Amino acid sequence: MSLLPWTFLLSLLGAGAALAAGRHSAAAARRVALGTVLASWAVVVAAAFRFTPAPRLQTLVDLAWIPALGVRFHLAVDGISLTLLMLTGIAATAGVLFSWNIEERTGEFFAFYLTLIAGVYGVFLSADAFLFFVFYELAIVPKYFLIAIWGSTNREYGAMKLVLYSFAGSALVLAGLLWAYAAGGGHGFGFEDLAAAAAGFTRGQQIGMFALVFFGFAVLAGLFPFHTWAPTGHVAAPTAASMLLAGVVMKLGAYGCLRVAMPLFPAGLDFWQPLVAWLAVIGIVYAGLVALVQDDCKFVIGYSSVSHMGFVMLGLAAANLRSVAGAVLQMFSHGVIAGLLFAVVGRMVYDRTHTRKLAELRLLPLARLLPFAAVVFVLAGLASMGLPGFSGFPAELSILIGAWQAAPLWAAVAALGVLVAAAFTLRVVVATFFGPATPGGEAAPLPAPLPPITWPERAGALLLLGATVVVGLKPDLLLNWIVPSLHSPLLQAALKGGTP
Amino acid sequence: MNGPPILSAIIFAPFAGALLLALVPRARPAAVRAVALAASLSTLALALACAGSFDRGAAGYQLVERHAWISSLNVHYYLGLDGLSLVLILLTGIVAPAGLAVSWSQARDPRLFSLLFLAAQGSALGVFLALDFFHWFLFWELSLVPTFFLIKLWGGAGASRAAYQFVIYTLAGSAFLLLGFAAIFAATGSLDFAALGRLGASGELSARLASLGGFWPEAVFLGVLAGFAVKVPLYPFHTWLPAAYAEAPTGVSMFLTGVMSKMGVYGFLRILWPLFPAALHAAAGPLLWLALGGVVFGAFAATRQDDLKRMVAYSSLNHVSYCLMALFAVVSPAGPSAPAATAALSGAILQMFNHGLSASALFLCIGVLESRAGGRRGLGDFGGVRSAAPIFAGLCGIAMFSSLGLPGLNGFVGEFLIFRGVFGLAPWAAAVGCLGLLGTALFLLTFWQRVFHGPRAGAAAGEFRDLAGPNFVVLGALVALMFLFGLLPGLLTGIYNPLVTAWVGGLPTP
Repeated sequence: MSLLPWTFLLSLLGAGAALAAGRHSAAAARRVALGTVLASWAVVVAAAFRFTPAPRLQTLVDLAWIPALGVRFHLAVDGISLTLLMLTGIAATAGVLFSWNIEERTGEFFAFYLTLIAGVYGVFLSADAFLFFVFYELAIVPKYFLIAIWGSTNREYGAMKLVLYSFAGSALVLAGLLWAYAAGGGHGFGFEDLAAAAAGFTRGQQIGMFALVFFGFAVLAGLFPFHTWAPTGHVAAPTAASMLLAGVVMKLGAYGCLRVAMPLFPAGLDFWQPLVAWLAVIGIVYAGLVALVQDDCKFVIGYSSVSHMGFVMLGLAAANLRSVAGAVLQMFSHGVIAGLLFAVVGRMVYDRTHTRKLAELRLLPLARLLPFAAVVFVLAGLASMGLPGFSGFPAELSILIGAWQAAPLWAAVAALGVLVAAAFTLRVVVATFFGPATPGGEAAPLPAPLPPITWPERAGALLLLGATVVVGLKPDLLLNWIVPSLHSPLLQAALKGGTP
Repeated sequence: MNGPPILSAIIFAPFAGALLLALVPRARPAAVRAVALAASLSTLALALACAGSFDRGAAGYQLVERHAWISSLNVHYYLGLDGLSLVLILLTGIVAPAGLAVSWSQARDPRLFSLLFLAAQGSALGVFLALDFFHWFLFWELSLVPTFFLIKLWGGAGASRAAYQFVIYTLAGSAFLLLGFAAIFAATGSLDFAALGRLGASGELSARLASLGGFWPEAVFLGVLAGFAVKVPLYPFHTWLPAAYAEAPTGVSMFLTGVMSKMGVYGFLRILWPLFPAALHAAAGPLLWLALGGVVFGAFAATRQDDLKRMVAYSSLNHVSYCLMALFAVVSPAGPSAPAATAALSGAILQMFNHGLSASALFLCIGVLESRAGGRRGLGDFGGVRSAAPIFAGLCGIAMFSSLGLPGLNGFVGEFLIFRGVFGLAPWAAAVGCLGLLGTALFLLTFWQRVFHGPRAGAAAGEFRDLAGPNFVVLGALVALMFLFGLLPGLLTGIYNPLVTAWVGGLPTP
């Protein structure tokens, strides 16, 4: 188990090494980056084999850090964090593979990229709110540079908006945590210390603290109406950054809601639950409808991410064992699927055709020019529609069941979102690859051939597809980690009934 | 439980064939055809093997395969075979290879076409054999993917729109179905059709759902109903049907009407009825009117069509509605008479099979006409085909009379049983349903006269080759089966009689 801290240590070391290697050659930087993400993923896999599910956080490291404030360097893991560490390992590896064609300032690109990864790993391992916050900020800063330097459409605007939203969200979180720390007598920032202190808070205090911390994190999770940074940020970002942003960084927000806000302030959860759930279901349907009318296919996927994260937030808000288990599964599932969609649109298609406009892509017989990309996009689209056989289905089914137990109307509106998701996904898949240029078959002459799909693209696509299919057919692989963790005393305080 | 997993083999054979096709070089169409047809036909061989060892005296599931799958959702890998599913996998085993075999004259990418077709066949077989909602829904949804692309990429001029309409409409139904089962799971903790059927029969399921209060128990029922009503389709949810059937390429139209429309009827019989007997009884009056609407509207809409393919599409709506009419007539009285209910339900299952044969044969005939006429298929585009192509005209005529329900051919037995049963249960419904028979006679005879009789005209004025090759083999085989099951309907009814007896035994007694 004590292997796991190596995930972010390796990533940080790799960031430095990539920077150094980048001065030498771009190829060296790439190899360093790939080696780093593979090594840290291997650490997660090794730890997963040794992992025994238990209803508590299992401490890895616990050192005094700032004794005066009661801050500890406390890392711990449970089934929920392990699921997300696994997601990070997979998404990070795929991201490097899909960044293989970055030629401009390659070393720096991967240095920022790996720093971001290190921050993400750190967040998922922290068992101390202060440490959590440090890693969280570590993940936000490199995002700005990745988008502002290597981005495309409107990159300065997208980067700035994203960072301002993120910082505003973290400011709320920080205010909430400091309030809780002070009100609890300043004993410490450990989740368990804070929870012990929070038990003595008044209902009013809990309601206020929950609002600050939960909605602060919810900004990053893309909860409607705080989601507007997400589509512009995704569109502006280079492919790998879009993949990580949608795949992993949005999960940081949802993870914060689940790990910090919900268990610490159960009375607050009780008070805010209807509002959060309604915002989530509105987001599911609204973002889906917006995605239905976009002309830039990256915007379609950006809004689809908001819609899918709505399911995560609904699962959290319904706050029973099944819905939260579904929400964690959905975090994994969406991370993989969104990564795949962005990879096809951003890397396989845009880098070759230099357009993302559906009206223009429609006129290219892309299914014949890039058959591999077409097959991957169709499968990713099916996964994104929540079709059975892919990871999104068990996740959304669990969330719907749990939401129904909490309030049938939430589930009913969310089910509408499933339909909208099918409509916009079908539209973007068909318009991108199967436009009117396709049915002509061999008759129509092919335009100039596009550069063929490269091996890193194939490897990355197969990795992500494999992950969504394996989890879709055998969700127990992850649920057997997740469900026992939901029985921990901390989370039980937040969850209400419902059998697993 | 023991023995080889033959049901899994039936489902996976087409998928294995599809995988194999992906490895066959595109440039070797002969190899593609051989692999595809072998994979498709292998399910028929396996289904016949099942029929051979099938215990005809038992009503329960046989050859059951059940393994733990997803423990946290209490989901099992659960397959089982009873009389109803056996009839339907036999039908799939016949119609799917037939549809595949007649599709190869279309030149464009036979490999991809066959691959998608096999995937559609495998999913349909999965729907007919899976007994756990999770497992079943996997195939139910999966079946849409290949059919969407088959219609969109190989269909006619309006195919793109038709494919969208078909898939979005069906997915809307599925979304309600999914929500309904989320609610059922929340109430019972089970997704197992057999276990839920027991809860449904004892009234436990409706009692648990009733605790939700408000309109929610009815909403769950309506959600599940909507999923199947769209798929069958039940009038007025049929609006996707004419376009999808007409725009799809011939082989796919055969599969859509022969097999996929049966998935919806199957859902009514296997899932909706056992789970919600009381709610279905309460709703049977209006539903019976809707089924009659489909019977009458389908037939008369068909008389108004000029496009032959749309004509047969509407006639499919009419024929499938008979099955639903029988079911709704059985559940509507408080205590139905047992012989009438037995006849109606037997007829409904037989009608599913028979319609699969006759409608796919008719779509094949129209496909032949269309290919001879360079894509035109209006009533006025032909004349005197009988003298130009006597063999084709003869076989096509037999298929029409089978569809019409002429005694001696298969269609007669099913419709006769349905009408006999419905007459004993709801005489007025049988009377209204007769209008549908009249309409069917009208449009089929118009079709026969305008296209096959009279002086040679339109596409038949010049050279018009008679039937040959795969089309001849397939149409000939279908017609032979029409005679076989018309003269010996006991071959099929013997399979599912105990099941129908058990169903009727579970009905409230008068």
